Amino acid sequence: MKTIEVKICLGTSCYIMGSSYLQELADIMPSKFSGRVNIIGHNCLGQCMSQGEKSNPPYVQIDDEILDGATIEKVLEYIEKKL
Amino acid sequence: MSVKQSIYLKKEVLIRIIRAFFSGDFLKNIRLIPFDMRPRGMEVSYRCCIYKERAVLRERIIAGLGFAIEDDDEAEDLSDYAKKALSRVKPSAKPLTIAATACKGCVKNRVYVTDICQGCVARMCGQVCKFGAVNFINGKSVIDAAKCKNCKMCVAVCPYKAIAQTIVPCEEACPVDAIKKNEAGFAQIDYERCILCGKCIAGCPFGAVHEKSWLIDVLKHFNSGLTEKDGVANGKNIIALIAPSIAGQFPGNIYQLKSAIIQTGFSDVYEVACGADITIKNEAVEFDERMEKGAPFMTTSCCAGYKQFAGKHLPEIAKFMSHTQTPLYYIAQKVKEAHPDAITVFISPCAAKKIEAFYNANVDYVINYEELGALFIAKNIEILNCKETKYDVESSKQGRNFAVSSGVAAAVASLAKTPIKPYIINGLNRETINSLKKAAKEQKIDGNLVEVMCCENGCIGGNAAICAPKVAQKAIKALVEISQDIKDDTGSGI
Repeated sequence: MKTIEVKICLGTSCYIMGSSYLQELADIMPSKFSGRVNIIGHNCLGQCMSQGEKSNPPYVQIDDEILDGATIEKVLEYIEKKL
Repeated sequence: MSVKQSIYLKKEVLIRIIRAFFSGDFLKNIRLIPFDMRPRGMEVSYRCCIYKERAVLRERIIAGLGFAIEDDDEAEDLSDYAKKALSRVKPSAKPLTIAATACKGCVKNRVYVTDICQGCVARMCGQVCKFGAVNFINGKSVIDAAKCKNCKMCVAVCPYKAIAQTIVPCEEACPVDAIKKNEAGFAQIDYERCILCGKCIAGCPFGAVHEKSWLIDVLKHFNSGLTEKDGVANGKNIIALIAPSIAGQFPGNIYQLKSAIIQTGFSDVYEVACGADITIKNEAVEFDERMEKGAPFMTTSCCAGYKQFAGKHLPEIAKFMSHTQTPLYYIAQKVKEAHPDAITVFISPCAAKKIEAFYNANVDYVINYEELGALFIAKNIEILNCKETKYDVESSKQGRNFAVSSGVAAAVASLAKTPIKPYIINGLNRETINSLKKAAKEQKIDGNLVEVMCCENGCIGGNAAICAPKVAQKAIKALVEISQDIKDDTGSGI
């Protein structure tokens, strides 16, 4: 079965601008996704630096795609779509 | 739970203020922030037009520079505010301010009957109203606002749930009725009642309630390119005192955090948990003495919000309250003894600690977690890449667990000789306030050590917390597990 890798950026900006809350994702993952989503806290993904003025932390990487302004709701919606 | 947009915006403004400060042209760049954040032609995110958005941002900056938005005459340039902030000697004792432009002046708290009213025969609403405020017009009930006392009895009994109540979130969040709408319809804080818990800051969905930041007061002592001519005395020895609740509020561990804080420009970092070790020892002795003398109970006294509450709302509880000083008191005293010329900055989870610092000459300034976070971001410091730096003195397990609800009681229990039956007040709200009032009046409560924390979950639930309490709890637990039990010589050598 297909599994998804969710990397939560724990870089300083992402953490302070909201990824601190995303750490709860693992605890509230709906049972229908269980065993299919791998959540990892990750060192800075480098997005804030490369986006400069336009940066919109927190960032989450879902497989190869980058999600900006990530919230728990947004991430769950994305996972739902992918699975 | 995710971070609220209003809080996000507040942090964004703080980051911009700090960047402007270190930009080499503070006075010019501070004035440009609203225009940088909302440039011409930008789609308006929240409010009616770009001009209002900029006006709100300007007010947020005024609070970020440490001034009361209420005193703003709108004509004063942000550069002038920045100049005044640089030459300010002591920040204000009233730590909160409200942006009238952002305060929507939401509808006054009231109860009213909606169209769902079926005009039933039972007329329970009229029967339960003790104030004669429910009238019946054309068979349907109507509430007379002049007589209604917002008791909500009618709301509870309506079988159609046809009676609604509008809520003013800041008033709802305040446990002591200290924030009220003034005649113009805007929220206003009554400092005679306010316990500075900061619950209204988190409560307002418009982000209208602000802390007056002391950031500039701290930053002006950093090496910033500004000189004495600008009113700053840089190159000072600036020491950060980090609250026990800080574990988990930032990425990495507290040893990496120490390196990161030093990278921002501080000269050294001490754990306030070291001060907690002294508090624990003294409080255990005081507890035993009081119990020997037959006292029915003792309450803790380390929470600044609770101290404000007791002083302003329940003076009768004073005789039961421990006289032991707070962890911040002891650590600041030790640090000032060792470094008399240093400037001490408490890194705080909440607004209430500002008032404690204001009246303690050993604590020069307070900045909160959001402000420290903004400083990290503005200075591009990647905490996870920082090396670990040891603390000169390591705190105990018990001291490091102080910030979590029931942590203080457990710490005192570990040293007191009298068996402790804790009574935990996990957050001051209308219900727990009533139990404290009852305890003061009847001189008894179901326990002998009453631990009072103003915020739910303890200090990790403070108004400036960056992460959810669960995440903070996990981080503190991990730190506590690698720490040593408190001993007689814990904390010696500070």
